[in-house]
Amino acid sequence: MVRLTRSPLLWVSLLVVLAAALLPLWVSAYLLGVLTAAYYFGVFAMAWDLLFGFAGEVNFGPTFLIGVGAYTAAILNGQQGVPLPLCVIAGAGAALLGGMLLAVPALRLRGPYFGLVTLVAVLLLQNAIVIFAHVTGGEIGMTVPDVLSIDASTNYWIALGFLVVCAILLFGLSRSSVGLILQASGQDAIEAEALGFNVTKHKIAAFCISAVFSGTAGAMLIFYMGTASVDTVIDIAIGVQVIIAAVLGGRRTILGAVLGAVFLILATEFLRPLGQLNTFVVSAVALAVILFFPDGLLGYALHRGERE
Amino acid sequence: MTEGVRLQVRDLSKRFGGLIAVKAMSFDLRAGEIVGLIGPNGSGKSTIMSLIMGIVRPDAGSIKLDGVNIAGWAPHRIARAGIGIVFQHSRPLQRQTVLENIKLALLPDSLLRLVADVGVDERARAIAARVGLTAVLHRHPWTLPFADLRRMELAKAIARDPQVVLIDEPFAGLTRGEIAMFSDLIRWFRDQGRAVLMVDHSVKSVAALADRVIAMALGERVAEGSADEVMQNETVRRVYIGGKIEAVARTKSLTEADALLRIEDLSVRYGKAPALDRVGLKVRRGEFVSIVGLNGAGKTTLFNAVSGLVPYAGRILFADSDLKTKTAATIARGGVVQCPESRELFGAMSVRENLDIGGQHLSKAEREAQLSWLFELFPILKARQAQAARTLSGGEQQMLAIARALTMQPRLLMLDEPTLGLAPVILAQLSAALERLRTTTPITLLLAEQNVTFALPHADRVYLLDHGQITWEGTPTHFAGERGAGYL
Repeated sequence: MVRLTRSPLLWVSLLVVLAAALLPLWVSAYLLGVLTAAYYFGVFAMAWDLLFGFAGEVNFGPTFLIGVGAYTAAILNGQQGVPLPLCVIAGAGAALLGGMLLAVPALRLRGPYFGLVTLVAVLLLQNAIVIFAHVTGGEIGMTVPDVLSIDASTNYWIALGFLVVCAILLFGLSRSSVGLILQASGQDAIEAEALGFNVTKHKIAAFCISAVFSGTAGAMLIFYMGTASVDTVIDIAIGVQVIIAAVLGGRRTILGAVLGAVFLILATEFLRPLGQLNTFVVSAVALAVILFFPDGLLGYALHRGERE
Repeated sequence: MTEGVRLQVRDLSKRFGGLIAVKAMSFDLRAGEIVGLIGPNGSGKSTIMSLIMGIVRPDAGSIKLDGVNIAGWAPHRIARAGIGIVFQHSRPLQRQTVLENIKLALLPDSLLRLVADVGVDERARAIAARVGLTAVLHRHPWTLPFADLRRMELAKAIARDPQVVLIDEPFAGLTRGEIAMFSDLIRWFRDQGRAVLMVDHSVKSVAALADRVIAMALGERVAEGSADEVMQNETVRRVYIGGKIEAVARTKSLTEADALLRIEDLSVRYGKAPALDRVGLKVRRGEFVSIVGLNGAGKTTLFNAVSGLVPYAGRILFADSDLKTKTAATIARGGVVQCPESRELFGAMSVRENLDIGGQHLSKAEREAQLSWLFELFPILKARQAQAARTLSGGEQQMLAIARALTMQPRLLMLDEPTLGLAPVILAQLSAALERLRTTTPITLLLAEQNVTFALPHADRVYLLDHGQITWEGTPTHFAGERGAGYL
């Protein structure tokens, strides 16, 4: 406990959260809206980092988990009129179930095949949504009757609170005994096995945890936006952005993923006047960071000189 | 004799494609006993270790730990049943300290225990103290010298409290003083009543420690007994040295000015471990030079340095030009071709395709001519043309590897342990092919071998490499008299 209070990371994080909480007092509603979306994105990126940074598995389809959560919540709310909190819980549950159906067979595959399976899963989900348009709204998407709030500040605080809770849980998990075993499994699976750890079990658990957080955040996001559509929660491009955010922020840092997500979304917004060039510039910056600081922004700051 | 038997291995067999790695091996490990399992590379000793640990599944046979057959179990179950392993190379957690790395080994395999038990910290510190890591508890692995990294691996194995400990090459890369320290720790394992299996390539390194030595070759046991008995065993001597040393004096005169390859003060380190130490040697144009040495002496590292595959200190000159600034591809195109120990064939491609790749830059007519020459050199490859490379036997794979290296039209061909894991009858065929290369082509040959009998007959000159240093240089005729006896 003494170590915890002495950690500069804790105090810096507290200050950042405090500053972020006070933002609605002087920032425009427009910017609050951008940040709100960025915070949900941050949760996507953290959940992805748990799988990539710790378990060592590249999930090319984070939007499969996000999308299953989002659409389950949207359909239950829109079609059945299920209350919002139950919809979010159901979204998380569906993402967990979908994730397990995907992970249990896919994690048995070696090498790049796990990544390929996750990629294909996104395409499958995307097609399923288009095919069952009468339930899902197809390519146009669907609106949900309930929203979290109509007030920008309230929405912002909900997103921030959600982000902080997720960050505490995921960061805590990454620093726990289980996080240590996960890292060992990701780095040298044979040695982790030889130390008596069931690597498959731990990796599946990581995938499930990642799925629950992704699904919950996906469901929350659609209740913030009021709509669910393929372009906003499932498209491969969204998944790529989640991955870039996590890598940009710093692999194996969890918290870095939030920085990456906020940076990525803010940069895209601020560069909007550039028009078509906007995406190009943001992508180029992301590429440069990945090439020259493969440990990411936070990773570079925290672990300088650690590379062999 | 079954008294105190901890681990009982019976009729253990494993094949990898066309290669029989382990053939019906049986042996026992008793509590409080240190056994050395030795054999040259490719003899199957490492496979045995992987089989016991469950990293590879056996095709047949049983492995009983205290009477329970664990053959085919997943490694983590085998680990929990009481078998521990100390890997030679490991990837420790770089962001965690030494203490945290040891603590990892003390954690239960549970998803629900988020916080380690209070006793864990204390136990980890006690184990660290036992192996001599107390001073570096809070350092990160990447700041540690090599010996401390090995200590940490040992500490992790101790943490699991295994009844049977498997140690892969316990002394590789360590200094004399460190070897003594590690020997003490391994004896301490024995004194606690654990069974220890050390796997190594030479009898010498395990002789002082092992209560019993089992020697393997080609997947089978060839000898068992005390270290002295095994060292004197005829079969063992034949496996390592290759039987009676024959050497033919060469009359070819090659002057100093003809040096094609010159190596000066070459040193290579792998992280913290030294692999080559100020090696100097010279190969003249048209010469056949053999570098003999046991596994781990640094032969492959030497070749990799010449090929530009590992960074090094010192100078390597080929045809008077410095290779240091050149890339591996440029060096290969310049005529320095390595035929690696691991063969590196394209397993899914056919024999013919493997050969065509090397000859991409040639015209069709040249390629045809070269191919027919190669098929003449290795007739069996002609018959196997359409077969996928990985389905070939070990000997055929080696021939294909040499043939593919020749398609690169080398000026200097470096052959790294071509005899690895091959039966005597194949060795004779390879030997004949090398003789033809020596006498009928202008190719300069550099051969790295553990098998002295195979290496000497063709050689104009011989270098002996031992622990990264050249310890002897001379003609093959002098080798037997001056070095033959002390080689093992």
